[in-house]
Amino acid sequence: MATRNTASSMKRRTFLTMTGAAAGAATVGGIPGILQAQQPPSFPKGTKLHLLEWVSFVPAADVELKRLGAEFGKQAGVDVTVELINFNDLNPRIASAIETKAGPDIIQFHNNWAHLYADGIMDVDELAEQVDKRDGGIYDIFRQGTFVGGRWKAVPMGTSPATFAYRTDWFKEAGAEKFPDTMDEFRKVGTELKKKDRPIGQAFGHSLGDPNGWAYAVTWCFGGQEVDKEQKRVLINSKETIEALKFTVAMWKDALDEGGLAWDDSSNNRAYHAGTISATLNGSSIYFVAKRQFPDIVKVTDHGHMPKGPAGRFYQMGPQARAIMKHTKNKDVAVAFVRWLMDRPQYDSYFAANDGYLMGPTPFWEKHALWEKDPKLAPFRDSVKFGRSPGWPGPPSRKASEALVKYIMVDMYAQAIKGMKAEDAAKWAEGELKKAYA
Amino acid sequence: MADHPRHPIRQDGAASVAVAPAPVTLALPQARVRRSLGQLLEREHVLAGVLLAPTLLILLVFIAYPFAIGLWLAVTDKVVGRPGNFIGLENFRVNLNDAIFLRAFQNTFVYTFIATFLKLVLGMAAALLLNHHFRFKRIVRAGMLLPWIIPTVLSTLAWQWMFDATFSVFNWMLMHSGIISKRILWLGDGVLAMGCLIAVNVWRGMPFFAITLLAGLQTVNPDLHEAAEIDGANAWKRFWRVTLPLIKPIMLVVVLFSMIATFADFQLIYVLTRGGPYSSTHVFGTYAYEIAMRAAKLGQGASISLTLFPFLLVVIVFQLWYIRKND
Repeated sequence: MATRNTASSMKRRTFLTMTGAAAGAATVGGIPGILQAQQPPSFPKGTKLHLLEWVSFVPAADVELKRLGAEFGKQAGVDVTVELINFNDLNPRIASAIETKAGPDIIQFHNNWAHLYADGIMDVDELAEQVDKRDGGIYDIFRQGTFVGGRWKAVPMGTSPATFAYRTDWFKEAGAEKFPDTMDEFRKVGTELKKKDRPIGQAFGHSLGDPNGWAYAVTWCFGGQEVDKEQKRVLINSKETIEALKFTVAMWKDALDEGGLAWDDSSNNRAYHAGTISATLNGSSIYFVAKRQFPDIVKVTDHGHMPKGPAGRFYQMGPQARAIMKHTKNKDVAVAFVRWLMDRPQYDSYFAANDGYLMGPTPFWEKHALWEKDPKLAPFRDSVKFGRSPGWPGPPSRKASEALVKYIMVDMYAQAIKGMKAEDAAKWAEGELKKAYA
Repeated sequence: MADHPRHPIRQDGAASVAVAPAPVTLALPQARVRRSLGQLLEREHVLAGVLLAPTLLILLVFIAYPFAIGLWLAVTDKVVGRPGNFIGLENFRVNLNDAIFLRAFQNTFVYTFIATFLKLVLGMAAALLLNHHFRFKRIVRAGMLLPWIIPTVLSTLAWQWMFDATFSVFNWMLMHSGIISKRILWLGDGVLAMGCLIAVNVWRGMPFFAITLLAGLQTVNPDLHEAAEIDGANAWKRFWRVTLPLIKPIMLVVVLFSMIATFADFQLIYVLTRGGPYSSTHVFGTYAYEIAMRAAKLGQGASISLTLFPFLLVVIVFQLWYIRKND
């Protein structure tokens, strides 16, 4: 009863003081101070909290998240439910939660969803700014995805970047001691590889991850862009885009696996593990699965950056973040839980469980021992510096989302690959983007 | 009046009237209510109304209400989290200028009509075969229903593997039998991918046709066939002149149901191609989902879905009219 009385008498101010103390301890007191101060506050008995996230490609990360949820629940006296569902099912669940004002209290957002669902989620300025100040500043690419109309709408928790997983042995045989640094070198070595029936794998089907990963990034590498900064003028039909298209078509013929038009996000993983492709743009899941199941492949697998084009090196990227729903009846608990998860000890254990699949939201996590333990993961750590989101140089807005889900950029490349002239493909994309950005 | 003897007043006599007012006032209306309710339910139209009420309620809550909401959404600029404003037919105007929508429009009709036609032809052939006596007939009949019983997502995932660009079992067989030397990208070409989608839909839906038509075939009196045979009609003529006219009503109902389901198909296409490659296999269902759920434009998404409605209405009205006419 004593606990209950204490808990029920706790007000938001008290709770904020406690978690504020925790933040202070994290900054000045080191780990012992953190552990001492960062006990989750307790709440009235029977308080429930529902967190909805995706099923990670790293099973250990899911196990750790559930453990953290249970630990918070135990310490705060809250009944915490951690629900994990397929990534593709998150959008309908979010829409239904916002429209019915019921369901999970906290939902994991990806990419620009904070822009899409800004009206259904709470402002979390205090939480995000705490992480921002404490850990050396949230990366711009994550800020753009979660900072809407001058307010933080979700707390960035990092991202799962993609780089090229490649076969070091086959690349050596094709004359490349390391992964090519430029697009020209990339095509050259790719041509040699394909001659030996070891093509590079790239998806151009309808799947939100890998196909867009190529379409947006390669366009930017060649200096092309969808729109201007204000997203008023569509700029896709440019000589830079046409160059990017011509390069991709040439790559397709000379170096890429021709199954790519039918691939989704998981096809290249399977092909790499089966030894039918020599390299592919992907998250680190290929590497982790190889570690567990294909010891011979993991020995000859390393990671390389997206090669530089005439305009530089870029990745298409967006943040993962936690958003607190406006409709939640447990705002204080939800805020406390998100804060607690982002506090260094908890985030550290979650980050370590991800084993390199998750890049932290701030430069603080670049110094984590995990990157030293396995230098093959270093390109994932560094990729965030080259990240851009659809809609660049403008924000990853609703309109950018529409262009993304219509696969306009992917289909521009896919049609060029199927034989449409590069100029016509760029013109087609211009017409479609004008409607999306109208 | 027949139940008066059971009335407490009459049983207790005049002296008891003063001491038993309460039971009198309670029992009298109960009995009357029971009697009048019984009489009421004996009226056919009232009983029909009562029996239909639960169904009507379910239809109102789960069909009419969502439909009305869909209609409203389609004429608003509703996005997730914001109230929608009435914008008239603007969403439909935008759709008509959208190349992907127009492709989805064309695909929906191609997919529906070809798949339904093939299901009817193959389903009829299977029903005619199953209508003969042979060993293990019951097992074969039950086995035929498997594609229809297995959840669509599960069976489609199996098909996805069979059409896989790298690991396709079809390619493996064709290559090992020397028929092809280069793999076929089943889902990598717009026309071929649409063919694959239709094939999987036919595989899944044909058993429904076969079993329903088989039920129809079993109602055909064998005497009619015998009479036709005596009159010199061959097998084709017996089928065309005797069987087909007799099972036409059930055939039309099956085609009607199938067309509605195929028009609104989503799972199969979403699992296999998600509308790709280059938006060549989008149908209304998949495109509406992308716009409503992934771009959060509920109004626009609803308008894409609703485009189906007038066409379905025409199909339904025509077929029901035709069935009634023949009745």
